[in-house]
Amino acid sequence: MTATPVAQLRGITHRYQRVVAVEDMDLDIPAGAMVGFIGPDGVGKSSVLALIAGARRIQQGRIVVLGADISQVRQRESVCPRVAYMPQGLGRNLYPTLSVFENVDFFGRLFGHAAAERARRMAGLLAATGLAPFADRAAMKLSGGMKQKLGLCCALVHDPDLLILDEPTTGVDPLSRRQFWELLRRIRADRPQMSVLVATAYMEEAADFDWLVAMDDGRVLATGSPEALKSRTGTGNLEAAFVALLPENRRRGHRGLRISPRAGQDHEVAIEARGLTRRFGDFTAVSNVSFRIERGEIFGFLGSNGCGKTTTMKMLTGLLPATDGEALLFGHAVDTRDMGTRRRVGYMSQSFSLYTELTVRQNLDLHARLFHLPPSRIAGRVAEMVERFGLPEFVDQRAESLPLGIRQRLSLAVAVIHGPEMLILDEPTSGVDPVARDAFWQLLIDLARNDGVTIFISTHFMNEAERCDRISLMHAGRVLAQGTPAELVRARDAGSLEEAFIGYLEGVTEGVDAQASRPAPGIDDARAAAAPATRRPAFSPGRLWAYARREAVEIRRDPVRLAFALLGPIILMLTFGYGISFDVENLTYAVLDRDRSPQSRAYLENFSGSRYFSERPPLSDHAELERRLRSGKLKLAIEIPPRFGRDLKRGRPTEVGVWIDGASPLRAETSRGYVEGVHLRYLDGLRRLSPRGHSPPVADIEVRYRYNQAFKSVYAMVPGVTMLLLIFIPAMMTAVGVAREKEMGSITNLYATPVTGTEFLLGKQLPYAGIAFLNYVTLVLLAVLVFEVPVKGSLAALSIGAALYVFASTGFGLLVSSFVQTQVAGIFAAGILTMLPVVQFSGFFNPVSSLSGGARVMGYLFPSTYFQKISLGAFTKALGIHDLMHNFLALALFAVVYLLLGRMLLRTQES
Amino acid sequence: MHNVFRLGLKELVSLRYDFVLVFLIFYSFTYAVYAPSRGARMELANASVAVVDEDESPLSRRIHDALLEPFFFPPASLRVQDVDAAMDAARYTFVIDIPPRFEADIMRERRPSVQVNVDATAMSQAGSGATYISSVIARELAAFAQRSGPAATTPVNLVVRAKFNPNLESSWFMAVMQLNNNITLLAIFLTGAALIREREHGTIEHLLVMPLRPIEIMLAKIWANGLVIVVAALLCLRLVIEGVLDVPIAGSVALFAAGVVIYLFAVTSLGIFLATLVRSMPQFALLAFPVFIIMNLLSGSTTPFESMPPAVRAVMQLSPSTHFVSLSQAILYRGADLSIVWPQFAVTAGLGAVFFAGALLRFRRTVTVAQG
Repeated sequence: MTATPVAQLRGITHRYQRVVAVEDMDLDIPAGAMVGFIGPDGVGKSSVLALIAGARRIQQGRIVVLGADISQVRQRESVCPRVAYMPQGLGRNLYPTLSVFENVDFFGRLFGHAAAERARRMAGLLAATGLAPFADRAAMKLSGGMKQKLGLCCALVHDPDLLILDEPTTGVDPLSRRQFWELLRRIRADRPQMSVLVATAYMEEAADFDWLVAMDDGRVLATGSPEALKSRTGTGNLEAAFVALLPENRRRGHRGLRISPRAGQDHEVAIEARGLTRRFGDFTAVSNVSFRIERGEIFGFLGSNGCGKTTTMKMLTGLLPATDGEALLFGHAVDTRDMGTRRRVGYMSQSFSLYTELTVRQNLDLHARLFHLPPSRIAGRVAEMVERFGLPEFVDQRAESLPLGIRQRLSLAVAVIHGPEMLILDEPTSGVDPVARDAFWQLLIDLARNDGVTIFISTHFMNEAERCDRISLMHAGRVLAQGTPAELVRARDAGSLEEAFIGYLEGVTEGVDAQASRPAPGIDDARAAAAPATRRPAFSPGRLWAYARREAVEIRRDPVRLAFALLGPIILMLTFGYGISFDVENLTYAVLDRDRSPQSRAYLENFSGSRYFSERPPLSDHAELERRLRSGKLKLAIEIPPRFGRDLKRGRPTEVGVWIDGASPLRAETSRGYVEGVHLRYLDGLRRLSPRGHSPPVADIEVRYRYNQAFKSVYAMVPGVTMLLLIFIPAMMTAVGVAREKEMGSITNLYATPVTGTEFLLGKQLPYAGIAFLNYVTLVLLAVLVFEVPVKGSLAALSIGAALYVFASTGFGLLVSSFVQTQVAGIFAAGILTMLPVVQFSGFFNPVSSLSGGARVMGYLFPSTYFQKISLGAFTKALGIHDLMHNFLALALFAVVYLLLGRMLLRTQES
Repeated sequence: MHNVFRLGLKELVSLRYDFVLVFLIFYSFTYAVYAPSRGARMELANASVAVVDEDESPLSRRIHDALLEPFFFPPASLRVQDVDAAMDAARYTFVIDIPPRFEADIMRERRPSVQVNVDATAMSQAGSGATYISSVIARELAAFAQRSGPAATTPVNLVVRAKFNPNLESSWFMAVMQLNNNITLLAIFLTGAALIREREHGTIEHLLVMPLRPIEIMLAKIWANGLVIVVAALLCLRLVIEGVLDVPIAGSVALFAAGVVIYLFAVTSLGIFLATLVRSMPQFALLAFPVFIIMNLLSGSTTPFESMPPAVRAVMQLSPSTHFVSLSQAILYRGADLSIVWPQFAVTAGLGAVFFAGALLRFRRTVTVAQG
């Protein structure tokens, strides 16, 4: 160990709203050592690690990491490439649709390695972790243990001097766990100068570390080597030592677990599986699994991640239909419509599945009510659960701000709140600290022994498996062994259940294991090439490209989204090009003819002969006129007065009345024009027939429809719809972008790697701008080939405009995405914020020159207005690049401003 | 029923915590209704017009002065060589060119021409504006001619009256149609995206193992999100549309409210149905948004429904928005009662039932799909 500490914390305090996670912490962490952070859930372990990694913003105090004060932005940036951070949760910072190789490659690019060096390092790491044979497998299809190994590869690809691992083995099976630590040990042997900080819930793992930080309640209880801690407390093992270190009031409630033997064997079968099989496509997740679980029995399900435990449990709950075989609960086949059975079952899924936006109390209350507990008992039951699961101090916190272990406790509390007769628990204690786990098991045992509750539980903890009445070992969809823990140990001739378990697994996974334990040739290569990348340019095209590539691969892996993105605009263009029209036609009208003379019929013939009007049965009186206009069946009504013909013959002025439905002013206005036109033509005809004649007009009025001589909607509609679609679709695509990373957790990579906000945003933008430009090309082809709307002006101008425009529109989507927290809000905001200015204020329907007030300002403050001018200009007005220059400048300005605003709103550290 | 109520309350609590979302809902029922109604006119109003007066006679000035507000912005003067550039840049929708010696030529009965240039790409104004300007000029010419000749009489006069909106104020139309569009947008996105979110977070799975039927989960989403929208929409109608924009409401607000409720059932069901067709939020965004744009732009709320091709009209009968636009126009503008709008009510409810059934059929399968 070297003298200078790898990290120094001074007066660090961190709060989440009112809750203090870390309080006034001073700590010197020795360099070159394997340092463990141990302590119960929610004591601030993760917060401290995230703060040291620079992923969380320091609220108060000072942290010096590798000699740099990371509260200073510059210094934090300079030290960032030397630190690697793997957050809590299985594969949380990985990209699920990317393959193993692509994931590691992405991280390698973020740290700016050249292609050859990257390839060498990756080959080494993948070989060392045994992932090489799975290089092409998507990360989401990996088992938990493999995900963590992949996470380690991604963290190690840039040879960090400080590696920070937050509960890396939580939720990982014993064999994978053992391999994980073995791997880390080998890597450390090769790079002894590397410091490793690990938070863990496994005391037996911590016992092998060099130096430990025991934490409780946001404070450090003790530091030192495991031996020092044990000798200080005079205890034999670390778990006991930790409990001894706790203050008196925290120790209360922890006592040795008492497991009473199962008395009075009840042979009623509660759960039965007969040949259960589940296939996803050609992949068999569960193959011919059978077991019988008796009432009141605690049945343990063990196996590596991805071995089919969860799938089996889902089939038992009816969430997944079985491909083959059957499952029975209480003697009845699982039936999703059987509400009675569901009320007797409590289920807890592996991933947290409660409402994160609700508080602990609200979640409990909601579930109590959904299970129809009598209202009078609800408050009491909720209080009881809060007490029993140690939740009092969290009761009014929203679930999203809870640490992993506390969330698990809440999930458990919810699963048992209605006092079910059967519990199906999928890894309920993953991430829960030993003290809380024991308390939980005490509860389970009480439930099983006293109330006869049947418990079906999956776990990775061997000491938990030992407490089960019977256990079943699963691997690759099959049951390897089944029996009481003692029977299994005996059958394998092993010293402990863990050994027996690993023995069973190694028996069937020799191939993989051999790869993992082979000496790692790549490590040396990687080290040889290790020229620590400490230089961090302010802007790196390489990192930008890494993000752009990754985003593009993700899109390519999602053919449905790509199809929607490419076909959507085509369908919309066809629909709107044909569908939207200002050409008012087929106006339904009816006549109230009070004259019924040849003259009145002659007058009306002018209407029935016009293609704009469509005649309906005549009207008999004013009441009918009123009624039929009100119903919307008539758009206009014509009334001919009595004595129309006689008056006309005698040259006495007479008056025709027309009523127009004014509900739609545009239509009303146009129809008024048509009516007046027909009337004038009629008068003209009269004049020519009249013997007296009339004076000809004194001057002609010549109306010239420019740009669109035929005055057809399509020439304005096609350029307009192009403008519309090139902002809607791209903005929609990018609006979920950043928010999705926030929800999924991969945003951590922005917080903890050297990538800057600008590179992140531009990298995410590029692929979508590319798709949008492709949309532009298809839209122009449609316009020219299908709608026969030629580009009269400069195609180059149109294309330059489109290129700038798609950068502005994708930039707008990213800007929206940067300030919203959820994808829902992102989609919604992109929709509502673009709709109004684009459709109403960009000159699509109404000329911008006619807008007033806020509408006009909004029009000018949105890029669509400028592209509308370019689109109309190039398509119909025969304009060239020079004429449209200031529109280009405006669009470029929007693209830059959106990027800068997005950069400002995007946090590069968690708060 | 109890479950539906409880789950719905949960939806409301969740919504309350998403401040951005709450703000956007507020925006969409206030400014997003107000701004286009005040600022953008569908009828001939605030048309931008320029006059190239090469004559500079009393007659040409009369024509210049006859272009009045609110139909036109005060006309600008333009030099003849600037006409093309000004129209190319869409600075003016109309440019009137009065040739040199115009008045003198009329006096000598040489029948000169005055030219009206129309930017035909300004679809909403070009047609009606050209007609209107022609009639204004014709009137001025006639008045001018009368002074020098005998009065011409017209044998038949035409009196055109607009019912339900006598002055054809487009703000009446825009306000209600904008409200309709925003109701549609919210209903599709709120429920659909909320369902995807539950699936991505695994909470839907959790609900499905509890004694809850999919139908209860769906109904809870529908009533809770629907309630928010109905309340917001009615407040918007009363406060923004009637209050601030001063639009008279001809018919029964209660009947309209009933229409909104039925419509929301249909559209929220559609939102859920769309959500069951896709696997992730980005996919949902790309599916739901085009559906929404089509429902919006082709419903008759923006351009007249009658002028669409028959095929489009036939397809749009399947969209609840078409019927909702039609019923809200009938009730709010024309004061129609249930005896007139019941067919629209019935069709909307029927379409809603179809979407609801479709969503229900796919609901459970979709959870499986999300994992496979």
